[in-house]
Amino acid sequence: MSPDAIDIVPLEALLERVKEKRDRGCRLVQISAARLPEGVEVTYSFDLKNRLSNVRVLLPDDGTRLPSISAIFGCAVLYENEIQDLFGVGIDGLALDFKGKFYRTTVRFPFGSTKAPAPPPAPPAATAAAGPPQNTN
Amino acid sequence: MARTVIPFGPQHPVLPEPVHLDLVIEDEKVVEARPSIGFIHRGLEKLAEKKDYNEFLFVAERICGICSAIHGQTYCQAVETLMNVSVPPRAVYLRTIWGELSRIHSHLLWLGLMADGMGFENLFMHSWRIRERVLNIIEATTGARVIFGVCKVGGVRRDIEPDAIPGILAELDSIEKDMRDVTKVFLNDKSVKARLCGVGVVSKQEAWDLGAVGPMLRASGVAQDMRTLGYAAFSDIPVVPITRTEGDCYARCAVRCEELFQSVEIIRQAFNRIPPGEIAIKVTGNPAGETITRTEQPRGEVVYHLKANGTKHLQRFRVRTPTFANLPVMLKILPGCDLADVPMIVLTIDPCISCTER
Amino acid sequence: MGYFQMSRLALKWALTKPPTSRYPFEPRKVIPGSRGRLVFTKDNCVYCTVCAKRCPTGALLVHRAEKKWAIDRLRCISCGYCVEVCPKKSLELAGDHAAPVAARAREFT
Ligand code: SF4
Ligand code: SF4
Repeated sequence: MSPDAIDIVPLEALLERVKEKRDRGCRLVQISAARLPEGVEVTYSFDLKNRLSNVRVLLPDDGTRLPSISAIFGCAVLYENEIQDLFGVGIDGLALDFKGKFYRTTVRFPFGSTKAPAPPPAPPAATAAAGPPQNTN
Repeated sequence: MARTVIPFGPQHPVLPEPVHLDLVIEDEKVVEARPSIGFIHRGLEKLAEKKDYNEFLFVAERICGICSAIHGQTYCQAVETLMNVSVPPRAVYLRTIWGELSRIHSHLLWLGLMADGMGFENLFMHSWRIRERVLNIIEATTGARVIFGVCKVGGVRRDIEPDAIPGILAELDSIEKDMRDVTKVFLNDKSVKARLCGVGVVSKQEAWDLGAVGPMLRASGVAQDMRTLGYAAFSDIPVVPITRTEGDCYARCAVRCEELFQSVEIIRQAFNRIPPGEIAIKVTGNPAGETITRTEQPRGEVVYHLKANGTKHLQRFRVRTPTFANLPVMLKILPGCDLADVPMIVLTIDPCISCTER
Repeated sequence: MGYFQMSRLALKWALTKPPTSRYPFEPRKVIPGSRGRLVFTKDNCVYCTVCAKRCPTGALLVHRAEKKWAIDRLRCISCGYCVEVCPKKSLELAGDHAAPVAARAREFT
């Protein structure tokens, strides 16, 4: 598969795109993140009739948070927790948040940037408390 | 009704690997299952930054001890795509043969664990006795029993001599007969059926929505098998996915039983058609670009996402193993089942936790 | 029906010799072609350190100046990568396995 089968979308359009995939009956194959010098690149892969299609967003390192797609694809929860724990990306609206305890890594964010994770947005106070992933050991 | 929380795992007699579930129980029924994994995160993906792409093959093969052969094969396929290398056909056939042998040994291992999980020790011993014979073939052809170590970027490291083929085929015939005896028990025995039928039912739609893969998905009636993509020698050897419609533990067991014989058939065909010639080509240079490669492992579809930037280290190496995709389904079917059925349900997804966490 | 399938199987195997071997008393059968212990032949080695550099587990240690070659048996995974890269063919994987050891140590040659 060549990279041109990857659809790069702006962050705001992500949920809409994913919803569209869902409506077409796609299966979520994986979510994978990769660290680039300028930020974290998150790729969502979908499968329909054995054809793979990808949606990609780029998260700059300035503390931008990723919206969770777990309301659309329930199984995304595990992938998103993984990204949260390994990359130190904050994720909003996780259906099940392990709060950084999904993987018990010695290094806090093995793929993270050197900066600390962004503080959660203020408004929804209840979820904000669950905010940034904490991995103590 | 008072609720009780029962911890299941990380060490539990039916679990070959550590996964922890907090089961919220009401009477004898599970009402909620909260998973927690991460006991054996090894950071293999991070290691890609330290090992060059040839050495990393040995790491990729060790993601999983049971589907090692196919991990190695998928990794090589992915790197070969990046480097635009086409592998000699003989090597492709050899990879297919070893991949299917590993599928047989993995399914037999699982059948044994399953029998052990339901307390059928005798059946467990028999499954593993047959598995041992498969491992002997594997050791004689690859030099190792579970971590084959025969794939390399550009081909394979070893050849199977033409003189050895009739012996292997004869051994396979006899193994097939043995497997018939054992699978007959799995499929027809009254006590096995009583334990598995109607337990942990997943509907077709649910399985698809939750992203299930492999035998889990096929047992619910979705004919999806990555081998139909035609990678390796599957472009010449057609594979018809084996499906069941019940979607319960019994169906998943039956799918795996039938896949044993399908794999034997594939190996026979591959030996029939294997072309002579080179087994490897020399690969020079470094990979660059990006690829997502999917293959079918004994447990289901595995996804390799590789990014390379022209240096000898991969920029990003990411694997999504089949168990990772099957966990959400497991969590979905646990609520509502009997506490006594939990081990069966956990086992039928064929959990391979180490590769889930990598 | 169901019950007798297992009984038949069980009976058959109750009357046959066990397929397992009595391991410590009976040595394990060596399967030809198996990748086992790494064997080093001192004679043609030129101490180029290629094997030590390539070994994925870091099991090998080669001193070019002192002409020393060492292996940590517990680290070696018998992958055969060093055998492949050695320019002088002084490494080889034997079919048998190294004797069990209790502690990690480098064997110098
Ligand atoms: S690669 Fe071969 S010749 Fe070079 S040091 Fe190792 S054993 Fe000796
Ligand atoms: S066989 Fe593999 S692990 Fe052992 S010394 Fe050689 S390269 Fe290292």
